[in-house]
Amino acid sequence: MTETRDRVTSTTAVKTPDTPPSFASRIPWRSIAIVVPFLVVFIFLSAFPGSNFLTPLNITNVLDRQAGLLIVAAASTLVLIAGGLDLSVGATYMFTAVVCGTLIVKVGGVAGAATGIVVAVLAGLLVGIVNGIISTYLRINPLIATLAMSFILLGATKLVSQFGKEGIGQIRVDFEEFRWLATTKPLGISLPIWIAFVVIVVLGIVLWRTKFGRYVYAAGGNAEAARLAGIRVNVVRIATFALAGLAAGLAGVIDLARTPSVPENDSIATTLTFTVLAGIVVGGTSILGGEGAVWRTVLGVLFIAMLYNGFTLLKIDPLYQGIALGAIILIAVGFDAWSRFRRR
Amino acid sequence: MGGLSPADTPAADAPQLRVELRGVGKSFGGTPVLQGIDLAIEPGTVHALVGENGAGKSTLSKIIAGLYTADEGSLVVDGETLAFGTPREALDRGIATIAQELALVPALTVAENVFLGREPRSGPFLNRKRLRRQYLDLAGPTGFELDPDAPVGSLRTADQQKVEILRALARGASLIIMDEPTAALAGHDTELLHGVVRRLAAQGRTVLLISHFLGEVLELADTVTILRDGRLIRTAPAAQETEASLIEGMLGRTLGSVFPERSPAPEGAETVLEVRDLVAPGVNGVSLEVRAGEIVGLAGLVGAGRSELAHAIFGASRRTGGTVRVAGEDVAASVHGALRGGLFLIPESRKEQGLVLGRPIRENVTLSNLSGLTAGGWVRTAAERREARALLARVTVAGDDRRNVSALSGGNQQKVLFARALERRRRVLIADEPTRGVDVGSRRAIYDLIAEQAAAGVGVLVVSSDVEEILGLAHRVLVVRGGRIVAELAGERMTEEHVLTAAFAEPITSGKSA
Repeated sequence: MTETRDRVTSTTAVKTPDTPPSFASRIPWRSIAIVVPFLVVFIFLSAFPGSNFLTPLNITNVLDRQAGLLIVAAASTLVLIAGGLDLSVGATYMFTAVVCGTLIVKVGGVAGAATGIVVAVLAGLLVGIVNGIISTYLRINPLIATLAMSFILLGATKLVSQFGKEGIGQIRVDFEEFRWLATTKPLGISLPIWIAFVVIVVLGIVLWRTKFGRYVYAAGGNAEAARLAGIRVNVVRIATFALAGLAAGLAGVIDLARTPSVPENDSIATTLTFTVLAGIVVGGTSILGGEGAVWRTVLGVLFIAMLYNGFTLLKIDPLYQGIALGAIILIAVGFDAWSRFRRR
Repeated sequence: MGGLSPADTPAADAPQLRVELRGVGKSFGGTPVLQGIDLAIEPGTVHALVGENGAGKSTLSKIIAGLYTADEGSLVVDGETLAFGTPREALDRGIATIAQELALVPALTVAENVFLGREPRSGPFLNRKRLRRQYLDLAGPTGFELDPDAPVGSLRTADQQKVEILRALARGASLIIMDEPTAALAGHDTELLHGVVRRLAAQGRTVLLISHFLGEVLELADTVTILRDGRLIRTAPAAQETEASLIEGMLGRTLGSVFPERSPAPEGAETVLEVRDLVAPGVNGVSLEVRAGEIVGLAGLVGAGRSELAHAIFGASRRTGGTVRVAGEDVAASVHGALRGGLFLIPESRKEQGLVLGRPIRENVTLSNLSGLTAGGWVRTAAERREARALLARVTVAGDDRRNVSALSGGNQQKVLFARALERRRRVLIADEPTRGVDVGSRRAIYDLIAEQAAAGVGVLVVSSDVEEILGLAHRVLVVRGGRIVAELAGERMTEEHVLTAAFAEPITSGKSA
């Protein structure tokens, strides 16, 4: 069945060629869908008597905690748009945090902090590149490739941490040489928030205005068309995986400085991966690739964070958080399917 | 399932079904797509619907098939006014559609596909013996010779369509709607399908045929209905129509010749494309040359290796031997290298290989040449807008170029690909099936673009299943069979007969050639 039948255009005479679309159909529902629920919840929480939601302390706390996640989610958005999927970001995040912590402990001092940061971020980049190569040139489905990579990294994490540990207990990196990364507050806002802000803006602009961004959309929207237009689809995809790995490394370092003990629990890695994907999908980026935007992911991630924060502030049993989030993801994906159907 | 069971419907005395539309109208989002359609489809005839893209043919057939409900007017079946809510209800009345996109399960056998969802069972198990017998009962009278046990995925497209038709018959269909059934077929398979349509009509069944191929319409149909802009222009016996009269009815004006004036074949112009002993998947040692200003047609059957050859020249498939030279320079075996060397391919399938449907028209135009519109990786949007608009004006695509390219009609989508081709000066342009799924009006515009490129000194290679198109456009025709060039025809030897003879020279074996 290689003979393609591309004559659908001629039959879907529903849309008479070039008729001006009606006003309602011209609104890009898909791209603004996240804005409405975001604002609704935001206003609701702000107005709720005694919720303490809209206080500088609460807002900066939430943002500070989300900084790492936002960085990973922003970069993962590019992976998804380019037609890939990275399930290993959580494991990469944990792996790089452990590598960083171990180096800080073993080397010590300013040199230790510097080596830790640089090596961890580069390790993330390397993982990303390997993910990219496996899922493009080696033709292994990215879902499987990055799932496998997750297990490898979770194992590697334990190896490294055993080496870094002295006796029992977690590696602690409570050194000023390193912790300044999380404690410095230029203009009253913590450095992690600033870093996340810069990463988001840069990735957003890259996607929106650069040649690479165009290629990312084309690679995910129609890989064969992109290839025949002269785009090296594999290279583009590898680059997006590399960015996601790099971002996971950066996030691992930042969160290590915030905590400041090395996380050593597989569920931290899985939760991060799932929350990142949830944020992207809730933001309205399609899991099928070809469309999406960084700012939408940011809203999606913050929406989820805000919801969780709201549960805490309103003293609702946290048991319901997972259920609420699951329902919201289904609604988001359902909306995506519906808007695709409508557009046909 | 309330309908007739397959065993009860011997094809010989198929139930006669008279379908009539009275004053039918339909709008989408306030835009009328059909207005005041009065149409009677006589049982036992082949009734064709013709019209440009967007004329309302498909909407009309979908109302009959129960996919849409008419806003105004009524649908009368055997004197009974009906409003089908779903295709299932239409099917229960004996109306079935054979869609362009076949809905078959490739891994199941022919018989299993035909009786999908209503397989004879013994308890929870499939009764293969009875399935086979039912299949033979059904297929026998139609004269379709298909192996009931062959997996459908291994069949050629024409045979797959037969499976779809058998499935419709198994469900007791007596009015069969065929939407562009031969669009994906070449030469011999088209003939086979025509035979099928005739046989269905001979058995007293009714075929509603939607086709862009006017020759086919005139050959097969008893009655032709012309639609234009959602209105019924006329319904007349096919014997009273000619291609010219149909085109005039569809366009509301005369088209003149379908093909542009052919500039004389350039004598002694430099060779812009030189392919030597090219070997690639589906290509077994091809050598050819195209001179500047020359249009060379690549003819052959589907599966003969035409598109494979086009892809191999363009570096889009793995080249294992031979050379490709453009204007005397070797071209690297990659898409990137081919583009840099001055080659450009307009691929066979717009939707699958050409356009990024979810992105704006503008981005689709500039996709191949973004490097020329960027400064340090940054897209210069003002320059891009200017360039895209200028190119779209050249290929006559109007409207806002920020819209998604999916909003355009097939013809305009094809023009967007031409706009992309025109963006830089190419030495060689390869157009694979340039007018597939394109309406008559846009078709001429695309031929003009091809002729214009040739006149400007570009060497053009046109791949097409439509022999008429190739003969109308090309200076010289190469016939491909089995991944080789088996004939070169020029001048007086360029006739349909010669092309087909060369294309068919070996007996066709059933099943798809790899």
